[in-house]
Amino acid sequence: MAAPVEWPRAITHSLLYLDGVTVSFDGFRALNNLSLDLAHGEMRAIIGPNGAGKTTMMDVITGKTRPDTGEVLFDNGSIDLTREDEAAIAQLGIGRKFQRPTVFDDHTIEDNVLLALKGGRTVGRNLFWRSNGDAGRIGDILSTIGLAAHRRRLAGTLSHGQKQWLEIGMLIAQDPKLLLVDEPVAGMTDAETMTTARLLKDIAQDHTVIVVEHDMEFVRRLGVKVTVLHEGSVLAEGSIDEVSANARVIEVYLGR
Amino acid sequence: MITRRFLEAPDRRGWIFLALLAAAAIIVPALNLFVPSTSPLHVSTTTVALWGKYLCFALLALSLDLAWGYCGILSLGHGAFFALGGYAMGMYLMRQIGPRGVYAHPVLPDFMMFLNWKELPWYWYGFNHFPYAAVMILAVPGILAFVFGWFAFRSRVTGVYLSIITQALTFALMLGFFRNDFGFGGNNGLTDFKDILGFNVQSTGTRAALFSISALALGLGYLVAQAVVRSKAGKVLIAVRDAESRTRFLGYRVEHYKTFVFTLSACMAGVAGALYVPQVGIINPSEFAPANSIEVVIWVAVGGRGTLIGAALGAILVNYAKTQFTIGMLAPYWLFALGALFVLVTLFLPRGVLGLLPRPEPTGVPCSTSGPPAPKLRSAAGSPPVQPGGGEHASVSRPGAAAAQPVLAK
Amino acid sequence: MRTSYAHVMAVLLWSLGGLALAGPPAMAQSYEQALAGFAADAFSDTDAAITAVAGSGHPLAAKVIGALQDGRLLFNADDRKIYVREPSGTVLDAATGRPVAGEAPPGLKSVRLNNRLRRSVEAALGSLTLLAPEPSRRLAAAQAVFKSRDANALAALEGALARETDVRVRKAMLEARAAIILTQPSAREADRVQAVGVIRDRSDRDARALLGGLPADLPPTVQRTAAEAITAIDRHLARWEMVQHLWYGLSLGSVLLLAAIGLAITFGVMGVINMAHGEMVMLGAYTTFVVQEIMRTTAPGLLDYSLAIAIPAAFLSAGLVGIAIERGVIQFLYGRPLETLLATWGISLILQQAVRTLFGANNREVSTPSFMSGVVELGGLAVTLNRFWIIVFAGLVFALLLGVLRYTTLGLHMRAVTQNRRMASAMAINTGRIDALTFGLGSGIAGLAGVALSQIDNVSPNLGQSYIIDSFLVVVFGGVGNLWGTLVGALSLGVANKFLEPYAGAVLGKIALLVLVILFIQKRPRGLFALKGRAVEA
Repeated sequence: MAAPVEWPRAITHSLLYLDGVTVSFDGFRALNNLSLDLAHGEMRAIIGPNGAGKTTMMDVITGKTRPDTGEVLFDNGSIDLTREDEAAIAQLGIGRKFQRPTVFDDHTIEDNVLLALKGGRTVGRNLFWRSNGDAGRIGDILSTIGLAAHRRRLAGTLSHGQKQWLEIGMLIAQDPKLLLVDEPVAGMTDAETMTTARLLKDIAQDHTVIVVEHDMEFVRRLGVKVTVLHEGSVLAEGSIDEVSANARVIEVYLGR
Repeated sequence: MITRRFLEAPDRRGWIFLALLAAAAIIVPALNLFVPSTSPLHVSTTTVALWGKYLCFALLALSLDLAWGYCGILSLGHGAFFALGGYAMGMYLMRQIGPRGVYAHPVLPDFMMFLNWKELPWYWYGFNHFPYAAVMILAVPGILAFVFGWFAFRSRVTGVYLSIITQALTFALMLGFFRNDFGFGGNNGLTDFKDILGFNVQSTGTRAALFSISALALGLGYLVAQAVVRSKAGKVLIAVRDAESRTRFLGYRVEHYKTFVFTLSACMAGVAGALYVPQVGIINPSEFAPANSIEVVIWVAVGGRGTLIGAALGAILVNYAKTQFTIGMLAPYWLFALGALFVLVTLFLPRGVLGLLPRPEPTGVPCSTSGPPAPKLRSAAGSPPVQPGGGEHASVSRPGAAAAQPVLAK
Repeated sequence: MRTSYAHVMAVLLWSLGGLALAGPPAMAQSYEQALAGFAADAFSDTDAAITAVAGSGHPLAAKVIGALQDGRLLFNADDRKIYVREPSGTVLDAATGRPVAGEAPPGLKSVRLNNRLRRSVEAALGSLTLLAPEPSRRLAAAQAVFKSRDANALAALEGALARETDVRVRKAMLEARAAIILTQPSAREADRVQAVGVIRDRSDRDARALLGGLPADLPPTVQRTAAEAITAIDRHLARWEMVQHLWYGLSLGSVLLLAAIGLAITFGVMGVINMAHGEMVMLGAYTTFVVQEIMRTTAPGLLDYSLAIAIPAAFLSAGLVGIAIERGVIQFLYGRPLETLLATWGISLILQQAVRTLFGANNREVSTPSFMSGVVELGGLAVTLNRFWIIVFAGLVFALLLGVLRYTTLGLHMRAVTQNRRMASAMAINTGRIDALTFGLGSGIAGLAGVALSQIDNVSPNLGQSYIIDSFLVVVFGGVGNLWGTLVGALSLGVANKFLEPYAGAVLGKIALLVLVILFIQKRPRGLFALKGRAVEA
């Protein structure tokens, strides 16, 4: 791999830089020569039909799936994410909210946030950990996501929407440089969707965010640059209005 | 500070358990040693030895519960760590026999004389010193568990795969220890012990003391396990159990936590084995039999996994039942009963006996059976949720295979 | 013991056959003269007589020498006539082969033998049979000469060689001649070098032993060629040894395959850990035993065909028990693999104990039908027939299973249910029924494995236990959910096991293999033929 100085400006000034990423499963190309680049502080919405490779892209960024070919660089091109595993990538500052909300059902809500809270991740630190000032931070986050009243409840007893929020709360607790949010409003009521959009925009003030979503209304409400994925590569990029007017995007979405 | 940590750990139920253990550790030997055998209150030496054995099993079950109940590592080879601890103790006891063996060799145990060996194998060195043996009791199972766990967990061998290779591990060890040239007495194992720390192993006083030490070890084991479980690391363990990859995406090195708990658990199992050997007077390769290890799992399941105390109670309960069965007319039916126990507990009592009691509040440690329940997706969008059947291996829905085209705009 | 019996029988048959052929008169003359040598009952005379009689080519020669070997050759010290006492008791005149009229003359004594003479007798018998009409007996005789290396047989051998047309027999005779020439001090150097070449071409253990045991005083050229030949033979033998290991490995692999493919269905396809799988194998073996016992009492003549009944019976009995287990226990535990493991372990304990109660804890004898017993030599490879048939059987079962999965409605439904249970049930597939049948199929195949195992292993309540860990390793190694993976896994584990054994011993070899598989699972946690994809790890 070339030395960082020789890399183009796009790399050295982006938080996340994907180039020519290809992933295939048993001959099926989930990602096909995908390229994407995300500036510091940007919020990006990613849309695309099922099977377009959105989740696989997240898997590649977070280290769950290794790409067959391609570059995945983080933090001005200083870190090659394809060489790191999930835990290392999370510690580097990439947080992920899953499509299917995954919280720790057998832990209380505050423990869920506690586990996500930025801080020591090693066995030794956590064996002798004492709650110095964490409670305050947890309380803040729980207020932000509107779950302060439930802090002692087991996460498994939450409703679907509440779990989505808890996961977002856990993301905030991680305080990552980059947040990957997969379908944050799936299964939410309209009111919940609006709240979530506000929450995400809040977060985007001081974080870089990628949101994957099907819900066009929600994406419109976010009002950010949109990337359309189709069959594992980028089909179109631009504002939501530009993308909605794109003939190929309409073709892909409305049938061929 | 660390003491405080331990003392904060147990909940109310835990204190009751510890109090009971302490009472047993004092009262049972007293009733055995100081109450005349004519008195109805007298506890016979056989009973003391029997219950001492139960306590060792309880510690073994507790150690397995720490790994399985809290971190989802279903080890089907925990008997191996128990047996290794037992062998380490057995080697110390063999060296204590000295010239009192049949062949009266000052150093070589009888079985080596029988095999016509000329000198002590290197790995027997040092076992004549109790402190060295004590270190080995922890170190041998611990190192094996660490190395095994390090490889297995790093390459993410999980669930039933892990269970099967742990079973293979104990099976391999069993085959090895059955061999004479391994230098551990082959088939017959190690036996005919005379002294432990200068006390006669057979004497009533020693047996009573061993009982008390077993109770103490169980209590200590419980305190350590409980302290781990109640720490933040313990919360991580439960997180790993319920959603391993989610934990990883939070930045936790899952393999470190698993290796840690597996190693700690193996050390505890080793101690249990070491206390077991002088009380039963023999250790042989059949302790490595995979069936033994699986039996430990049912003790934990009966008591209630993820409860620590339940595991200990389950071990005592099942072994008490086993003794009652096998000394009576019902001996041929014990295996039927044990088999039925496996089936019935998994079907009807997934949270064990302790699960029948109300859950302790509020940060008490719950004991879900396996992974989190599948969430009920209210949305039609997105890929279909993982079907309930089929398990993790069978359900292969390829991305794009079931592509429901979403609607562009509402 | 058996060889000498066969030998005698061969000689007797030959002599009977020989009676039909009229020997040339010249021979008859010398035969009778030679015969007289026995009457002295002096070892040196007897030795000469053996050689002379054997060399006479007379049809009765074999009979006489055969009788000599058994102590049935009698002589009358008075008239120096020789008689043969048949095993039936009849006494024949050795010169004519006709029974003695009336009472046998009194005072007949056996011609005595010592060990040296016994060797001469054996060699003589060997050379005599060299002229037998049946190629198989001529072959046996040539091989006997090769082993005895009796110089006395050389003449007979040369004669037989001149008449021999069968290629194999001819080769054996050439080898026998070469063996004699090599050990004969009087032989010419060139002949010996040539003989080394012949022996070298034979390339088996006997050839190696012969060349290895040559006297040290041979001419240097002979010694050099012999040394070269030894190296060549060693290389050749090593190659055959590999083939033999491969064969043993395939044999073990086929057994593992039989034990594991049922598991590949229940574990691989359904995701169910069935710890009672080994007990299904055991049930199959006991079914074989029961079927055989019933046949033994009702139709002993058909005992050889009992396997034909045992195969479907074992499939059905194990399959039905499997269905009962699935309906009774496992169906409530889908999606909870660890619980399934525990519950089925409990079932395995119950089944073992039940069989122990019914049949006792001891091993039960299952006899092997005649077509499955015996050994066939293929070059340097010894093929035991029961192993061979088990390999064939394993292949058939595997092919059949693939066919069922691929071409039948049941197979289609099975695949549908395993891939997407909800979808399948929406398409009006009765998923519960399919689960039960799939489990029954897997268990039934385990029962078939039991039939095969009953032929090579002890039928005891613990039969299944010894295979369960290996079977799991095969499935895990081969890759879950892939029958071809199971096939490759079983065969490679079997072969690896047998190749490790000679170096490490049986137990250490097994341990080494376990360690290797564990290390392999580290590298490829999902086996050789792993499914890849997003949902696999979800």
